[in-house]
Amino acid sequence: MPTSLTINGKAHDIDLPEDVPLLWVLRDDIGLTGTKFGCGVAACGACTVHIDGEAVRSCQVALADVWGEVTTIEGLGTPDNMAIIQQAWVDHQVAQCGYCQSGQIMNAAALLAETPAPTDQDIDDAMQGNLCRCGTYPRIRAAIKDAAQKLQEA
Amino acid sequence: MASIGKIARRTFLIGTAAIVGGVAFGVYQVRKDAPNPLIAGDGEATLNPYILINQEGITIIAPRAEMGQGVHTTLAALVAEEMDVAWEDITVLHGPPAQAYYNQALLGLALPFRHYADTEFQHNLRKNVGMVGKLLNLQVTGGSTSTKDAYDRMRHAGASAREALKLAAANQLGVDADTLQTKNSAVIAPDGTTILYTSLAEAVREITPPDVELRDKSEWKYLGKSMPRTDMVAKSTGTASYAADTKLDGMKFATVRMSPKRQGMISYDDSIAKDMPGVEAIVDLGDGIGVVASNTWLAIQAAEAVDIEWEPSSYPETTEGLREAIVASLDNEPDSTIRDDGDVTAAIDGTEVTATYHVPFLAHSTMEPMNATALYTGEALEIWSGNQAPVIVRDKCAEVCGLEPEQVTVHTTMLGGGFGRRGEWDFSSHAARIAKDFPDTPIKMTWSREEDMRHDFYRPAATAQFRGVVANGTAQLLEGRVAAPSVTHISSMRLVGQIPPGPDRGHVEGAADQPYAIPNFRLTGHLTDIDVPLGFWRSVGNSFNGFFFDTFIDEMAHAAETDPLAFRLNMARAEHAPSAGVIEAVGEMSNWIGETPENIGRGIGFTYSFGTPTAEVVEVEDTGNGIRINKVWIACDVGTALDPSIIEAQMTSGAVYGLSAAMQGEVTFFDGEAEQYNFYDYDALRMHNTPAFEVRILETNPHMGGVGEPGTPPSMPALGNALFDLTGTRARELPLIKTFDLIL
Repeated sequence: MPTSLTINGKAHDIDLPEDVPLLWVLRDDIGLTGTKFGCGVAACGACTVHIDGEAVRSCQVALADVWGEVTTIEGLGTPDNMAIIQQAWVDHQVAQCGYCQSGQIMNAAALLAETPAPTDQDIDDAMQGNLCRCGTYPRIRAAIKDAAQKLQEA
Repeated sequence: MASIGKIARRTFLIGTAAIVGGVAFGVYQVRKDAPNPLIAGDGEATLNPYILINQEGITIIAPRAEMGQGVHTTLAALVAEEMDVAWEDITVLHGPPAQAYYNQALLGLALPFRHYADTEFQHNLRKNVGMVGKLLNLQVTGGSTSTKDAYDRMRHAGASAREALKLAAANQLGVDADTLQTKNSAVIAPDGTTILYTSLAEAVREITPPDVELRDKSEWKYLGKSMPRTDMVAKSTGTASYAADTKLDGMKFATVRMSPKRQGMISYDDSIAKDMPGVEAIVDLGDGIGVVASNTWLAIQAAEAVDIEWEPSSYPETTEGLREAIVASLDNEPDSTIRDDGDVTAAIDGTEVTATYHVPFLAHSTMEPMNATALYTGEALEIWSGNQAPVIVRDKCAEVCGLEPEQVTVHTTMLGGGFGRRGEWDFSSHAARIAKDFPDTPIKMTWSREEDMRHDFYRPAATAQFRGVVANGTAQLLEGRVAAPSVTHISSMRLVGQIPPGPDRGHVEGAADQPYAIPNFRLTGHLTDIDVPLGFWRSVGNSFNGFFFDTFIDEMAHAAETDPLAFRLNMARAEHAPSAGVIEAVGEMSNWIGETPENIGRGIGFTYSFGTPTAEVVEVEDTGNGIRINKVWIACDVGTALDPSIIEAQMTSGAVYGLSAAMQGEVTFFDGEAEQYNFYDYDALRMHNTPAFEVRILETNPHMGGVGEPGTPPSMPALGNALFDLTGTRARELPLIKTFDLIL
């Protein structure tokens, strides 16, 4: 029996076994490839999405267990209408290879929703599950702080 | 948007056979222009292999792979600078496999000179040897050569396109071309009439692009400035397309399991796997299996359920056995003696210093696991692959499908990290081999992270032995031997079944070629004859020699009772001014005074690699709860800095990559198999333990240097030297976590 999901505000009926992780539903079934596969074991954060606003590793959430509305990087903003945090990523020229950045941005967006003015310690605690092999961390940190300020002004 | 499939006319046939016998093409082949692989459709113009203009816009073709190093942006800036294209009008695409895109700067790296001391003659010789790359179709991204290689070629492409557009506009307006200006992607007449380049696409087809002088640096608008990266918006919105994101109608999802012992397969049992959900087929690949399914995860689940018996490995089966072979080869006849100044056998008064160092195998572990998508039709193959060597991918995939290279179309996508790993073709070839069994069905083949970690072509483990003599505060003698299996030989055997002639310079780079005046200085390279899977890992030989050599220099400085920074500076001053300059600069940036508070340690590291001398100071702190890296200062001299923001990012990135490896990177072997599986047992720096960075870019170097790799080598000894300063313990083996309580 198909499973119903709401993703980026749109309803989808998914005809896949119930234990298929959300990551692979998004990528292979729906074609939302902005969410990336990095490790499959919640060790890198590349697959981070929001479920009801909470940052989760989509490689660890089975289709049957998705408990709320899913937001992916595509739902956060688009090239023509970027979210404030995405604009901060552009302003600080964060990405190198860029493969981990969807996950970084989704994780950072959830951090800012909960902690509008994060300290360095808050950023360390929240972001250390997100690996970046290009080592863009200093610019990620700067972009998060900048986005925090712009969100408070907004 | 334009796509390379549309604009690539055809690919050019010079296969691997020609790589072996390439030089037979002679001087004419070297000098004449390589054919333009782009085809202009109706209303389009392609003026050279780098530029396509149509009604929709201006597309710049990058001959090198964008793997994070910002090369699309800087190469586009080279063209746009001369062509007067408005920055926001630029689209950049990867070029198809083609001779026109050969890398002229790469082969020159192999010449056994001290490159820092190149005379004009040697510099030109390296350039000329590089032109052989054209015969070899050497379309490779590596060796930190991309901008150096493109610097003249792509500016000329932009300049001649600009003049051709002016000629086309002059014809239309009936005026002399000399009266016309160009600005913001348009030709402007004296009366203010503006004709957009895009509307000249049809007319310019008839014009032969003239050769023109390049603009002086003082006129640059884009080059030398930090430009917004052309890929930044896409990479911040999840819309950049990596190979793993390829979407084709009717596509199936696949994975493979190949031998972790890197040999053949004896047998397999798929009785459980073949009936698992979503599985459509288990493919016998001979040396492994492929699974085709309705979803990648289902394919991976099924692949893990296949019971496989593998042939034993052909190399020593354990880390200890591999090290034994490497250490034993220190006594082999040297493969190279690239540095042999003075007489290291002379009896010299002073304090003797000796040391033996070891470093482990390392994985690349790019964020995007290896993958490719292939569509085979019986007469043709299309492949979507994030790769650093499209011609090799084309030829190897043609081979496995029994096709001619010109029947293969390669789409090079964005690369989710390369670091040398994506110069290989194994993953592309897997996709092609599976697709061959499913004509007309696109197959997206993705490795699990575990497959990726355990089937890498690793940075080799290596060992070095040094003896030095110091007297009167300076180095009088340095004799070093470096032993490891050869990356160059093993990779060449894999690619063309031959070992390149001459000494293996890459094996000793970062040690034999360092710009230090030491009166008696010999460095020999010794090769270990074991067939382990090795590949090019960010900074290659410099990644181990940088640690060996600079750590030993630090040990000599301490034995000489001289400040380690001053010790290096004195030796560099006498030999290479730009190297002395970066050592001085990093001292100034970090306020180096040779003393630190009780709980703080500082170390300097220096390596000249890929034409760029780079010095780094690392500061560590004993927090009482583990040692953390507080800050890293980097000074580099790139000659001409084309994009400071990208250079700063690359220097930082290179150092994070090196520090990650130095702290905790290690691939070990048991039973012939790599023992690391995923990021939980092969991790890297993360947000909480990455230091702050400060980078200074100098421009006194007479030749342009690379930026993607030079940040990596000096970071490793700088950290070890800082830890020695903090603790008094000298670690002669990496990773450092074996010796120190580092915060991971």
